[in-house]
Amino acid sequence: MTIELKINGRPRRLEIEPGDMLVDVLREAGYVEVKKGCDTGSCGVCTVLMNDTPIPSCSTLAAKADGQEIITVKGIEKEAAEFADFLTAEGADQCGFCAPGFALSVHSLVKENPSPNEEEIRHYLAGNLCRCSGYEGQLRAITKFVEANNE
Amino acid sequence: MNKQFTQVKHERAKIDGKGLVLGRPAYTDDLAPKDALVVKLVRSSHAFAKIKKIDASKALELPGVECVLTHHDVPRVPITRAGQGHPEPSPKDKFLLDEYVRYPGDEVAVVAAVDEATARRAVELIKVEYEVLTPLIDMEEAETSDIVVHPEPEAYTMFPMGFEPKKNIAATYDMNIGDVDKVLSECDYTVERRYNTQAQAHAALEPHAAYCYYDLHGRVNIVSSTQNPFHTRRILGEVFEMPLRNIRVSKPRIGGGFGGKQQIHLELYAMLVTTKTGKSSKVVMSRKEVFESSFARHKMRLDIRLGSDKEGNLKAIDLQVLSDTGAYGEHALTVFTNCGSKSLPLYNKVEAVRFGGKIVYTNRTPAGAYRGYGAIQGNYALESAMSELAHKLGIDPAVLREKNMIAENQTSDIFRIMGEGGEGVEMMIESCKLQYCLDRGRKMIGWDPKNLRSEVKDGKVRAKGMALAMQGSGIPLIDMGSATLELQDDGFFKLLIGATDLGTGSDTILAQIAAEELGVPSDDIVVYSSDTDRTPFDVGAYASSTTYVTGNAIIRAAQNMKKVIREAVAEKFGVDAEDIEFNGRELRVKDGSKSIGKMKDGTQSITLKEFSYDTLYHEGANMKTLAATGSFSGHVSPPPYMAGFCEIEVDLETGKVEVLDYVAVTDCGTPINPNLARIQVEGGLLQGIGMTLHEDVVLSSTGKMLTNNFMQYKIPSREDVGKLRVEFAESYDPTGPFGAKSVGEIGIDTPLAAISNAIYNATGVRLTSLPLTPAKVLAAIESQK
Repeated sequence: MTIELKINGRPRRLEIEPGDMLVDVLREAGYVEVKKGCDTGSCGVCTVLMNDTPIPSCSTLAAKADGQEIITVKGIEKEAAEFADFLTAEGADQCGFCAPGFALSVHSLVKENPSPNEEEIRHYLAGNLCRCSGYEGQLRAITKFVEANNE
Repeated sequence: MNKQFTQVKHERAKIDGKGLVLGRPAYTDDLAPKDALVVKLVRSSHAFAKIKKIDASKALELPGVECVLTHHDVPRVPITRAGQGHPEPSPKDKFLLDEYVRYPGDEVAVVAAVDEATARRAVELIKVEYEVLTPLIDMEEAETSDIVVHPEPEAYTMFPMGFEPKKNIAATYDMNIGDVDKVLSECDYTVERRYNTQAQAHAALEPHAAYCYYDLHGRVNIVSSTQNPFHTRRILGEVFEMPLRNIRVSKPRIGGGFGGKQQIHLELYAMLVTTKTGKSSKVVMSRKEVFESSFARHKMRLDIRLGSDKEGNLKAIDLQVLSDTGAYGEHALTVFTNCGSKSLPLYNKVEAVRFGGKIVYTNRTPAGAYRGYGAIQGNYALESAMSELAHKLGIDPAVLREKNMIAENQTSDIFRIMGEGGEGVEMMIESCKLQYCLDRGRKMIGWDPKNLRSEVKDGKVRAKGMALAMQGSGIPLIDMGSATLELQDDGFFKLLIGATDLGTGSDTILAQIAAEELGVPSDDIVVYSSDTDRTPFDVGAYASSTTYVTGNAIIRAAQNMKKVIREAVAEKFGVDAEDIEFNGRELRVKDGSKSIGKMKDGTQSITLKEFSYDTLYHEGANMKTLAATGSFSGHVSPPPYMAGFCEIEVDLETGKVEVLDYVAVTDCGTPINPNLARIQVEGGLLQGIGMTLHEDVVLSSTGKMLTNNFMQYKIPSREDVGKLRVEFAESYDPTGPFGAKSVGEIGIDTPLAAISNAIYNATGVRLTSLPLTPAKVLAAIESQK
């Protein structure tokens, strides 16, 4: 079947099988910035935005994206680069495999809640797992990123 | 030692960080050729079985299926996938494909097809007839069981390690100093307890992946998420009986390893398909495969006995261990020896110490290298027993450690006796700031030995606990790393290293070390790492080796580089090399040099940038590339140390334990990049906390893994832990690069005992079997009533 959707602001028409997952379709179409970590929607690595809402693309049928607007980390590149400066300044980027999905979730967090407190940060991002950092460094980075945004 | 550094001991963002956050193609699966055949493994659903027949006819009829390969199609060469040096200290007990399958998830057949969907469909169409055998699941039964996990005659070891496959024994080890039984019988106080630790999954977020292709020259190229390209090349050559010159192994960025990617994994099957078909191939594990069919931490049973006099002077330690290596013996012996050698020397003043036991096969997912590598299990038993002894003695557990712990300018016989698989090395401890770590940790957590427990409302209790730990910095006399520097036009340097950055930031910190020694800015060092064709040899990233071993190699390379540059400039100027000084930017003839009179022209200085153009473009018949290599293998392995303190809250009604605050004061010598070192420790702490409280590889009675996804196998989320507070002791190891020791593993060791000790302080119950789930904690509380 064919789906028509917008990816990072550009219209795309993609041939898919009915059972295809969005992450596989996106990677196959060249959007390899979308990483695949768990196949069960548990780790947040594959996060993309569908109509501005973060979703796990590994457990979303590609067919559901028909007519929708998908944003990958490349679609928020400027903001992601700014966030990357804070994350790397703490050394919390580490292996980086979770980072593109994480950056999208952070984007949505600050859009929904421009001044989150620590508890709100932890809660909103609980679905984005990281095995390297222990999360403390990420928390330091987000706190400073939020402060800088609000200045 | 108070050195002034300009590059090391400074923060620097990871050189690859921004690109990774922005999702640039970086990992194995991002880079695989589009036309690569998709490889899938047919895996056993039985814990133990003999394959009677594999019918692939239906699969082969499917359009797009390239091949189906079984044990009939592959060379029968026993190997170990451990990814260790040579000769390997692990039994060679694994075949590419075999007629036996030894755990659920073991490889049965290899399918290659034009795309993912076809490969998946082909796997479903392959019919395998098994003679299902009764599996050996419980390591306690291994030695006496009628079941033999490795009945094949070909399995062997490269040196004696007590390998007795008929009894399911992969290796045996015993070490004894003094008369432990006699000394213990004379002690005023003794403790004796059995501890059990579980299998833990590495759970790196990037699933294992590899691709393979023939290059223009007909050589096999493997790109893989591996921690050690050079060992991988050697083992692939062994199994495919191919000269190593025909194989190239490289790794792109890696999405976490923690030891899980030290073992050889999918490279075997990608290379099999490419060598059989001549076509490119790629293979990526699903998360289920990562859990079931990669590796896990060795499950252990630890029997510990300690004894002291009335004053708390520790007199003897006895630690007897049974370790479960699962279906194959990767790292069986060496994880085991580290269990003793990287925990027991903490208390080096004992009169007698004994360590030993067996590592047995079962029909479980194979165990392998995992951050902490035996030390974490040994530390759990030792540091829990130390606190128990302190309670018996009625003294502060921190003070008991203070009385007995190792210090600078001291040694332990264990260093000499116990190595990794063989003898160890004599080592005088030249840096050990445990006293500072202990003092600072007590202050940070607010340690008051009379008030380690406090009631809070709603049936909740808070309590504190602590533990010390040590690890190592590479494997002395065995691990070797090397580095090559080459001056480029415009005056910057290429740094080529075999070391393998798994996401730790080692490329970045190694560039900082090169820059510090050369006296140039880190930005003038361009790093390329981990490619058997293009970088010098390095054993790879494991055993806390990179900072210490490769870091030292880089210092040597940089010293050689400076010498080569000075000699070339001296030749240009017509003076003696010792009369040239180099400040990182400029080379000049020293004032008042004797040879100054011999100068060819009046020029007395040249910038490195100008000189780089001269030597590559302007020197006529005298032009040359200036490069230098340095190698390092350590005589010693200076341990990093840690004092870990925690405050927890126990819900007495549910048994739930929350870590509110974890303080880890670390002695890793000079932290080359303090931010990256801190994250190494914080990440290690959280993996240790996960292992303590909930992570567990759970099997059914028939051996099937019940925890093969992130819903069933829970790794800590950011809501599961309170504060982690990491500080570094001011420390300098004279054998390390700019005083550094390694820091990759030490963070994971203390939480097991520190949290267990805090739970004891909270509830009065000593839990002895990890993980300390709410169900176990609640049952223990109830049993006290």
